[in-house]
Amino acid sequence: MARMLMRGNEALAEAAIRAGCKAFFGYPITPQNEIPGYMAEHLPLRGGVFLQAESEVAAINMVYGAAGAGARVMTSSSSPGISLKQEGISYIAAGELPCVIVNVMRCGPGLGGIHPSQGDYFQAVKGGGHGDYRLIVLAPGSVQEMADLTMLAFELADKWRNPVMILADGTLGQMMEPVEFSAETKSEPVEKPWATTGAVNRKPNVINTLDIVPESLERVNHRLLAKYERIKEEEVRWQAVGVKDADLILVGYGTSARVARSAMEQARRDGLKVGLFRPISLFPFPEKQIRELAKAERQFLVVEMSGGQMVEDVRLAVDGRSPVHFTNRLGGMVPTPEEVLEKVESILEGRGN
Amino acid sequence: MRVVFEKPEAMTDSPMHYCPGCTHGVIHRLVAEAIDSLGIREQTIGVASVGCSVFAYDYFNVDMQQAAHGRAPAVATGIKRVLPDKMVFTYQGDGDLASIGMGEIVHAAARGENITVIFVNNAIYGMTSGQMAPTTLVGQKTATSPRGRSAAETGYPIRMCELLATLDGPSYLARVSSHDTKHIIQAGRAIKKAFEMQQQNKGFAMVEVLSTCSVNWGMTPAKSMEWLAENMIPYYPLGVYKDITAEEGK
Amino acid sequence: MRGQVIVDQERCKECSLCITACPHDVLRISAAINSKGYHPVEAYQPENCTGCTFCATICPDVALTIMRKRPERK
Repeated sequence: MARMLMRGNEALAEAAIRAGCKAFFGYPITPQNEIPGYMAEHLPLRGGVFLQAESEVAAINMVYGAAGAGARVMTSSSSPGISLKQEGISYIAAGELPCVIVNVMRCGPGLGGIHPSQGDYFQAVKGGGHGDYRLIVLAPGSVQEMADLTMLAFELADKWRNPVMILADGTLGQMMEPVEFSAETKSEPVEKPWATTGAVNRKPNVINTLDIVPESLERVNHRLLAKYERIKEEEVRWQAVGVKDADLILVGYGTSARVARSAMEQARRDGLKVGLFRPISLFPFPEKQIRELAKAERQFLVVEMSGGQMVEDVRLAVDGRSPVHFTNRLGGMVPTPEEVLEKVESILEGRGN
Repeated sequence: MRVVFEKPEAMTDSPMHYCPGCTHGVIHRLVAEAIDSLGIREQTIGVASVGCSVFAYDYFNVDMQQAAHGRAPAVATGIKRVLPDKMVFTYQGDGDLASIGMGEIVHAAARGENITVIFVNNAIYGMTSGQMAPTTLVGQKTATSPRGRSAAETGYPIRMCELLATLDGPSYLARVSSHDTKHIIQAGRAIKKAFEMQQQNKGFAMVEVLSTCSVNWGMTPAKSMEWLAENMIPYYPLGVYKDITAEEGK
Repeated sequence: MRGQVIVDQERCKECSLCITACPHDVLRISAAINSKGYHPVEAYQPENCTGCTFCATICPDVALTIMRKRPERK
């Protein structure tokens, strides 16, 4: 299929349909409205169901029902809406129901604004709702990755019986870039013998998250934690550019990584040894990969559109082996490559922060 | 001699956890009998809610999903939309359906979502030990209205059948009672009808079953049945609030 | 004896609703104790049973099975 120019949100939606998404439940919120718009237009014509729910809360519970019934299902929203979905996400994680949840982040807290942000990092990677659970969190850095990671998200959701979040932001959702779709995904039907499809010639299946016996619920928790450990071993994804000889490694994901990449390229032209490390999976976080890069004579600079969230995970990974610096913009402001470069120069010149 | 009454196939052998005399057990049986009589046990997916009936998934011998508090109609919508040929029902109490889940039930009804809703109204929160419900009668004493529900402070009990009857989506809305054998038999007919509506793709059908909570009402089971008849039925009149098949027949 | 009521003693919770529903005074609370500590009902006047099913209809625990001699009502 030829490359075509698409908006990030639309590329994501098209990829979901190609990945075999059979149902979409959502509620309007800026800046992700192109996703339900595209789904409403195309999904019913391609064998799926689109339904605009009465609320984010209802939408995520419709996802619970459809996922429990064995369908590939997706919802999308933006930050305040994702907060509303947290209860349902906790239930979905507890019920081990595969689904894809898209967060096209906008700035907060509260109603905040409609401009891009990365303020939901903690919410996405540390749980977000109640109880001990993890989402698999994928952070696209381009329109192409909005498509590719969405397809991957459906596969990982089924593989691990776990909700997968695409953590994008308003910039990635709205920007237009060329995108190419690989040949129609085979989307072979995954066997889901646990799904509630009607108890024909078998005992009834039950999708349930209640367990009032502590000994039993502790076993459930241990089983979930063991799954997350396996996910950490098998599903770490990242991109590293120019890190081998780097005196300073920029770390960023999504839009921040794009800005950092521009700053890195300018720094290299200026003769500065600067690299870029871009986590693609935020859970599991590429902890070992960052640790392996950490050494005394090397510094890190984390670039965020949030108030110091991923930098905590970078510091945990670096574990004191290298200085870790931080730069950010907030409130819907996007850092410029010049700002980042200036920070890089000041660090390398020993002017510190 | 032959068997004329026994546990329906759509119920499991698990003993139920409900308090002695709790009408949940009766209503479970009526739902299971409806499923058996329509021969749909293998096509049915039930949604249990939060409250005393949270363990309903242990008692119905059909595929079940357990939903978050109030969200059963949304969960049922998700199931029904991807499995439109299956029979989907929710089983919800008054706190679940008429308080925290008011949004979900109203919109499922407004969409005419082709599901069957069994709404058990006993005018109190049972599982959490007897707090005031959206259906608690004015003057009724509960753990959180210890001097009796005051309309001035907490408003008035909600009549769900009447409220949903203002919408065009529902195909069948009926209020029945579980306080004596005659009314239980009538309730069984209404529940079967609500499943038939779904089978015929007529859209949203709900049966509200007036029910008791003898432990939290502080009465014997037999006295609770009398209290229901004397106090609840006058405020919650029994009857069919909507039936599009009756309208079609006109 | 036109009918017969069979009590699943383990399911019975001694709520007595069946006793109030029975029009022919067939049932009473027994002296037995089941594993949950309830005294299950028993048919102490089984000869009175008509198999009307009123007791089973109101039983919340589906503890009663009813047999009847006559053909089933339609």
